[in-house]
Amino acid sequence: MSLSTSAAPQHAVPPHRPRPRQSRGSSGGLTRFDLKFSPYLYIAPFFLLFGIFGLYPLIYTAWVSLHNWTLGGTHEWVGFQNYTDLFADAQFWQTMKNTIGIFLLSTVPQLLLALFLATLLNRNLRGRTALRMAIVIPNVTSVAAVAIVFGLLFSRDFGAINWFLGLFGVDAIDWRAHEWSSWTAISVMVDWRWTGYNALIFLAAMQAIPRDLYESAAIDGASQWRQFWQITLPLLRPTFLFIVIVSTIGGLQLFVEPLLFGNGRTNGGTTHQFQTLTMYMYSEAFENSRFGYGSAIAWAMFLLIVVASMVNFLFVRKSVK
Amino acid sequence: MRTANRRAWQASPLTYIALIVAGVLSVFPLYFMFIIATKRNDNIHDTPPPLLPGGNFGDNFGRVLANEDAAFMIGLGNSIIVSSAVTLGVVLFGSLAGFAFAKLKFRGRNALLLMIIGTMMVPTQLGVIPLYIMMVKWFGWSGDLRAVIVPFLVSGFGVFMMRQYASQSVSDELIEAARVDGCSTFRIFWSIVLPILRPAAAVLGLLTFMQTWNDFVWPFVILTDDTPTVQLSLRLLSQTYYTDYAQVFAATAVATLPLIVVFIIFGKQIIGGIMEGAVKS
Repeated sequence: MSLSTSAAPQHAVPPHRPRPRQSRGSSGGLTRFDLKFSPYLYIAPFFLLFGIFGLYPLIYTAWVSLHNWTLGGTHEWVGFQNYTDLFADAQFWQTMKNTIGIFLLSTVPQLLLALFLATLLNRNLRGRTALRMAIVIPNVTSVAAVAIVFGLLFSRDFGAINWFLGLFGVDAIDWRAHEWSSWTAISVMVDWRWTGYNALIFLAAMQAIPRDLYESAAIDGASQWRQFWQITLPLLRPTFLFIVIVSTIGGLQLFVEPLLFGNGRTNGGTTHQFQTLTMYMYSEAFENSRFGYGSAIAWAMFLLIVVASMVNFLFVRKSVK
Repeated sequence: MRTANRRAWQASPLTYIALIVAGVLSVFPLYFMFIIATKRNDNIHDTPPPLLPGGNFGDNFGRVLANEDAAFMIGLGNSIIVSSAVTLGVVLFGSLAGFAFAKLKFRGRNALLLMIIGTMMVPTQLGVIPLYIMMVKWFGWSGDLRAVIVPFLVSGFGVFMMRQYASQSVSDELIEAARVDGCSTFRIFWSIVLPILRPAAAVLGLLTFMQTWNDFVWPFVILTDDTPTVQLSLRLLSQTYYTDYAQVFAATAVATLPLIVVFIIFGKQIIGGIMEGAVKS
C-alpha cells in the first residue's frame, strides 16, 4: 500500500509549490535530496551489517561445505562428498536422534504448561505483577548459570533431585549416564528457562480476546471447557504458530545446556547419548578442524529446522481450526 | 448466567495455589544458587540439601578472585563493555530504521520491512563456521571484543519493535509541522522523534542488554580464555573446578545478580515489552 504513496509525490507535486520549506536557507536541491535519500541512509546500517555478518556467512557455509576445508589453508573441492559421508555417519544419526528427542521431550510439555499457566494468569488476580515476575525470572538467568545450577541439582551422589526422589524410595539415578535420563534433565533445564516466558506471550494474546465473546457464549450455555476450545484456542492460533516456530528454531539448535551438563565437553557423554547436532558441528569444525564437514552438518540442521517448522505449521493449522 | 460467568474470571484458591507452586519452582533454582554460594563446599553433601544461607560468601568469592585461569573480573568487565556497546547500537540503529519504516515514505518500504522480519527467522548457528573463518582470516579479530560487538550492533527485532512503537506514537502532523518549519529529516529524528520513542527504547535496551550479557555460543567460538566474557569465565570455572561447587556458585551468583536487580527494578516494563512484542507479531 505504501508503494503507491511513496511513488506519488514525484508525479503529483507541481514543481513550484509555494511552501516555505526552504525557509532556513538550504537549497531546494538539498531538501529534496534529504527527503529522497535519508530513509535509505537510516535503514542502511541494518542492511550493511546484516549483509556482511548475517547473509554472507549463510551462503558461504554452503560453499565451505563442498570443500575439504581447514583453517590452515587447504580448500580442496570435494563436491557432495561431505554430505554422502554425513548420511553414512552413525554419529550424525545419533546426534540427530538426540536433538529431535530432546526437542520433543522439552517442547510438548513446555507449551501445554505455558498455556495452562496463561489461562490461570488471565483471571482476575491479586499480586499480578509479582506472580508474572516470578514465572518469567528464569528467562533472565543466563543459560550458563542455569546449566551450572541444574548440573548440581541433577548430580548423582548429592543432587537435590535424587534426594527428593529418594524420599519416595527411588534409587539414585545417574542422570548423565543414559539416553532417557540425560534427555530428561536437559529438557527440564530448557523448560525451566522458557515456560514462563511463553506463558506471558500466550497471556498477551488471551488478553486481546474481548470478554464479551465469553459472556455471550456463557449465555448460550457453553461450559468453561467448551469456551476454551471454541473461543480461546482458535483465537490463539497465530500466537501458537509463532511460539511453535520460534521454539523449533531454538530447540533444534540446542547447545549450551547439554555442553555444560557434560562438564563443558562437546562429546555429550561417553557414547554421545546427549550430544546434539550443534555440539557435533562444533566439535568437527573447531576441535577437529574439519570446517567442510561441520558446514555440511550446519546445512543438514538448517534443512531439519525448515522441515520441522513446515510440519508444525501444517499441524497447528489443521488441529487448531 | 452473567454472574456465573463473572465468577469464572474470579481466581479461586486453587488458581493461587497452582500459580504459587509455579512461582516457587521458578525461583527455587536461583535461590539455591545463592544458598550454595554462601555455604562451605562440604555442605553440598548435607541431607537434606541446604536450604538456608551460610556466611561463607566472602571466602568463596575470594577463591574466584584469586583464580587466574578463570579471569573472572576481566570477564565481568568485558561483558559490561560488550553489552553496553551492543545495546547502544541496537537502540540507536533500531530507532533510526524504525522511524524510517514507520514515518518516511520511500520506494520498496514494505518489501524491505518484510526482509527484516524474515531475518528474525534465520537460525543463527548456521553461519557460525564461516563467520569464524571471516573473523580470523579477513578481520583478524580472533580473541578480540570487536568480534562479539560489531555483528550484533543491529537487530531485526530492534528495528521491528521501534517501528511498531513509532507508527502508533509519533503523529504525522508533528513531522509535517517540523518540515514546514524547515527541519531536516535528521533534525526531526533527533529532537522530535527520539524523545517520543524513549519508553520503547528503554525496554529494547533492557532486553538487548540482558540477552547480550547471557550470550554464550558465539563468544565461546571466537574469544580466547584470557579475554572471556563473564559467561565464558563461568564455563571455565565449572569445567576445571567442578568439585569446588561453592566457588563456582559464588561466581555464578555474582554474574547473575546484576540482571536480577535490573529485572526486579524494571520488571513491570520488561514484562510489558515482552507481552507487547508478542501481540504485534
